[in-house]
Amino acid sequence: MAEYIIKNGHVFDPVQGIKGDKADVAIKDGKIVKDNEVSSKAKAIDAKGKTVMAGAIEIHAHIAGPKVNVGRIYRPEDKLFTYTPKKGNIRMAGGFSIPTTFKTGYEYAKMGYTTAMEAAMPPLFSRHVHEEIRDTPIIDEGAFPVFGNNWFVMEYLKNNEIENTAAYCAWLLRATKGYAIKLVNPGGTEAWAWGLNCLSVNDPVPYFDITPAEIIKGLIEANEYLGLPHSIHIHPNNLGNPGNFTTTLDTLKLAGGYKAKNKFGRDQVMHLTHTQFHSYGGENWGNFESKSKEIMDYVNKSKNITIDTGNVTLDETTTMTADGPFEHHLTELNHLKWANVDVELETAAGVVPYIYSPDIKVCAIQWAIGLELALMAKDPMRCFITTDHPNAGPFTRYPRVIKWLMSAKAREAQIKAFKNSDKVIAATHIAGMDREISLYELAQMTRAGPAKSLGLSGMCGGLKPGMDADVVVYDFSPDKPVANPDQIEAAFSRAAHVFKSGVEVVTNGEVVNNGNKRTIWVNAKVKENPQVMRDIQEKFLKYYSVSQANYESLGHHFVPNPYAIEVDATQ
Amino acid sequence: MTKTVTDVVCPFCGTLCDDLEVVVSDDGKQLTEVYNACVIGTEKFLHSQAKDRVTRPRLRQEDGSWKEISYDEAAEYTAQMLAKAKKPLMYGWSSTNCEAQSMGHEIAEMVGACVDNTAAVCHGTTLIAVQDIGIPSCTLGEIKNRADRILFWGCNPAHAHPRHMSRYSIYPRGFFTGKGQKSRKMIVVDPRVTDTAKLADVHLQVEQGRDYELLNAFRVALNNEWLPDVVAGIPAEKIREAADLCKSGRFGIIFFGMGVTQTLSKNHNIDEAIALTKHLNEFTKFSIMPMRGHYNVTGSGEVLAWQFGFPYSVDLTRGFARYNPGDTSTIDLLARGEADAMFTLGSDPGAHFPISCVKQIAQLPSVCIDPHQTPTSGVSKLHVPVAFCGVEVGGNAYRMDNVPIDMRKVVDPPAGMLTDEEFLTKVRDRVKQLKGLA
Amino acid sequence: METVTITMKNPPALYLEADNVSPDKFAGKTGSQIAELHVYEGNTTSTLGKYFEVSGNAGATAADTKIVVKGDVKKVKYLGMKMSDGELVVEGSTDLYAGAWMTGGKLTVTGNVEAFAATGMKGGELTIEGNAGNYLGAAYRGDWRGMSGGRILVKGNAGSDVGMYMLGGEIVINGNVDVHVMTHAEGGKVTIKGNAKSKLGGQLVDGTIIVFGTIDVMMPGFKPVGTVELEVDGAKAKFAHYIGDTGERKKKRKGQIIYGNLYKKI
Ligand code: SF4
Ligand SMILES: [Zn+2]
Repeated sequence: MAEYIIKNGHVFDPVQGIKGDKADVAIKDGKIVKDNEVSSKAKAIDAKGKTVMAGAIEIHAHIAGPKVNVGRIYRPEDKLFTYTPKKGNIRMAGGFSIPTTFKTGYEYAKMGYTTAMEAAMPPLFSRHVHEEIRDTPIIDEGAFPVFGNNWFVMEYLKNNEIENTAAYCAWLLRATKGYAIKLVNPGGTEAWAWGLNCLSVNDPVPYFDITPAEIIKGLIEANEYLGLPHSIHIHPNNLGNPGNFTTTLDTLKLAGGYKAKNKFGRDQVMHLTHTQFHSYGGENWGNFESKSKEIMDYVNKSKNITIDTGNVTLDETTTMTADGPFEHHLTELNHLKWANVDVELETAAGVVPYIYSPDIKVCAIQWAIGLELALMAKDPMRCFITTDHPNAGPFTRYPRVIKWLMSAKAREAQIKAFKNSDKVIAATHIAGMDREISLYELAQMTRAGPAKSLGLSGMCGGLKPGMDADVVVYDFSPDKPVANPDQIEAAFSRAAHVFKSGVEVVTNGEVVNNGNKRTIWVNAKVKENPQVMRDIQEKFLKYYSVSQANYESLGHHFVPNPYAIEVDATQ
Repeated sequence: MTKTVTDVVCPFCGTLCDDLEVVVSDDGKQLTEVYNACVIGTEKFLHSQAKDRVTRPRLRQEDGSWKEISYDEAAEYTAQMLAKAKKPLMYGWSSTNCEAQSMGHEIAEMVGACVDNTAAVCHGTTLIAVQDIGIPSCTLGEIKNRADRILFWGCNPAHAHPRHMSRYSIYPRGFFTGKGQKSRKMIVVDPRVTDTAKLADVHLQVEQGRDYELLNAFRVALNNEWLPDVVAGIPAEKIREAADLCKSGRFGIIFFGMGVTQTLSKNHNIDEAIALTKHLNEFTKFSIMPMRGHYNVTGSGEVLAWQFGFPYSVDLTRGFARYNPGDTSTIDLLARGEADAMFTLGSDPGAHFPISCVKQIAQLPSVCIDPHQTPTSGVSKLHVPVAFCGVEVGGNAYRMDNVPIDMRKVVDPPAGMLTDEEFLTKVRDRVKQLKGLA
Repeated sequence: METVTITMKNPPALYLEADNVSPDKFAGKTGSQIAELHVYEGNTTSTLGKYFEVSGNAGATAADTKIVVKGDVKKVKYLGMKMSDGELVVEGSTDLYAGAWMTGGKLTVTGNVEAFAATGMKGGELTIEGNAGNYLGAAYRGDWRGMSGGRILVKGNAGSDVGMYMLGGEIVINGNVDVHVMTHAEGGKVTIKGNAKSKLGGQLVDGTIIVFGTIDVMMPGFKPVGTVELEVDGAKAKFAHYIGDTGERKKKRKGQIIYGNLYKKI
């Protein structure tokens, strides 16, 4: 493998505490090494006057699997005039809010992202998720199977059987080649199978005689019992509704008293995702307002919680979530095309296009809330930037979100451009905020932070010798004042160089190599549990529509280049 | 001695039953018995064992006779044909695995082809409707466990999907449907008195070509609005009763087939049926699902969509993907004389297309990849026989509800025969050279 | 206004994609520069000059440019695509997507057009002196934003799916139409001087259909509400008035429920 030495760049690496000092980064055999460990043949990259960071990590995006593909299938208009003609061995790539798998890999890489997590894998469709992951070039990917409405989980937790829940979770992670325990609208999506919902953590789930709160606490306990790399990753109840911040606080409080137990350096027991959608005040769309402060006050003082933002990017996009009842609610509001899939014994999903118009007050307030969350975060190692792609906007808009976070001037310009500027200012805190996220904080929010939260901090998110050589050089000088905030967006849109596991995949903003992507999954070993195995067998015989032998994601076609993280919970 | 392979997946219809048991000889070469499959599925397995099978590629000669050639020669011929054409059409893909589809797409991308699957002549119209208004649906297990209102609209599962009713929709006892058939009300809408219709609690004998009007009338009834006395041959009172029956269930499902997708109004029928389903969700829970025919036409749509963004009729000629049935769809490309080479795999257009299109195929440079001798191989210049997918080679396939199921290999193909994927890999490698991309 | 004339000399073996033939793309170019513009036949890229003889130069802007297309262009697609201003005259018949996504200017076809003419039209004027194919003034697949402005006149007949997902603008058809008119529309107006078949106004939320001739079968979702006198093109006549689609969702304006309107001459 080629050796590289990236010379004289301004390095930002929270893992080593480097805050923009000039330093060299050396790459050998796919890993970061000390400068003196590369030979004289190492190719030198001049990074003088440029910014050098580790590859960025996407902690939550909907980029592979059945509902993403429903979006692609049912939105031909999302592709219209978005394609650029194919060149050489780089595959055709198209689509805007739901890009093709090839475009997904390429666009992440061009922005300097080298690892991404698919945020919601329906277990019965894991083979589909993995086929798409396989066809997403360059970036390493993992996927979170959903557990929050799973019949096994609800039946075990009804009787508070944590060990059985954990054994089942371990089995399902292995069967689906999954990465973490995801919850989406716990209990509410099962209720949706009857057209109902659970809007608070105490609403009972029809028939199953359990509440969302019990599901959440039980899965925290099972997660820590197993000692998984990531904590539970939760999309709480009551998404998207005015006044929902109280439900969010009720959810966060369930983490109180729990401590992380794992060997991966993770400190949190709960990751709250796309927090923007859960930080709403008011009783209706008329008096809708930001409650970012109430949420961040709680998050800032709770060391065992991490969050991501879910920034609204003010685009036409496609919403998609395992929160089936929410998508039905949304289509009743905007009358745009609605897809829904209820998945036997496990989950559901809905898809509806949505236009975040800067001319609509609610959309502008949502925009402000997402930014406020990041700007109010006291610990950038616990607050990560996402757009909940494609729900609040496509991931390709990260550079724009970064611009808004790094430049008060850019925010001001956007606030002025809103049609209902005054009303937006009155309903939010954004206008008074002058904090500008520094490059070091940006590296925390997009690299070191998500890596730590995912339990991957030994592998990626930093530039310490021994870590994977995921390295990005941005054509952005930290020395010079930014004359026009659009420079920030331009620099972070197209990296000057991107290395993935030591292979140069992007040069001058263009993809030059299809890389050697890996599928990351968690292999958790538990004590033999005959009861759980019997229960699994019985459910397949009676209630599933496929046989147990045909359920697992196995073999080269689905996971051609696996990277298994081993967890031993047999003790 | 024999051995039994269990949990075998049936590569015939979109029901994609995965509980078959197949008995094979000890050396893995002979398939002797098939259990659990319906008659059609059993036949499919046993047919693979036909003694008169063609096992090597054959090239049509000037005098009309066939000459046996090697797979390498066949790959060369195919690669040359595709690389030279200005607008090659690569059609079929519905009776093969996703691995082969993926390899085919790579070729199509390099040669700038149009790629289309059999949705072009069955559920393509469904996909158009889904693009217009979405689709609330579910997996088949949901129906088994919860559904108490079952509508079959323009389809006849008793014949086309024989195990559908017993595995998923009418007879099974699920979690909330412990009484099986007794837990369910069955409505059939069909102009004919089919075997499915004979089982129904309610049969609405709709006038041919008036499904759109009848579906609309259901929605008018849901809104309690004025209706003409008779719509599509059905008295208004009967329509209102049927609409009430749908509303009164806890979980309903509409299954529909070619009786509505390929008759007058086509995509609009499905559009209105989906609108009706969405409408019913204001009262109770309702879903809708197409009864897909070929066992992996769904998979072809999925793979095309994640790779190019469109589920069928994809035009890659200009180096990027475009889609618009009526322009980029197979029947139109052939009927309008837009294609200059024809590649077929995993389908038999010779048997299913209008005669004018079949004549067009016969005039073009053409390759047909198919385990069988078919009407299509009969009009093609080159026939490449391959291993039976789902019998002699496994691979992924998508059921009608989009659930992916990995098929199993149960016996070896005859010695020296290639699979779809293996043959396409040879073609891909050769095209790469021809296009200077190797 | 400057005029550029392009005349088909070497017709394509397959079909030609000529999305560069529009006043916008020609503007500011000389005849020889225009001849260098790309056209596509299948997967091959070539130049306009290989197929057409080009005479004259374009004006400085689209507004100052008139294009006349002569010769057999029955196998040429996308003429006038996305045009925003100026004029384009096709002397004869042409293929798919004439004037697709046009936003302004004047496009005249003296013969027939095939399907997808004026897809997603936003403005301008399209006149077809012969017949139009299917999906005239309709939305692109999957888009809920169909024709939103401009005017289309067809002197002959039109195919099925006229004005699908229409939001605004006007379509007048002097002859007959095939099935499905203004499906899913939320605005705009379609006038049919000849006969219609069936499935008019299916899933119509808002908008107006006027039929002078016969309708074979009415949609059940259209409720008769009486007769009205209307003035169309300066002439007054009596029409049966229907409102619908009563099965479809309803919009409200100032607290009032809005229906689409269908008027049939009596
Ligand atoms: S119903 Fe279809 S999939 Fe099942 S056995 Fe019969 S042919 Fe095969
Ligand atoms: Zn999400």
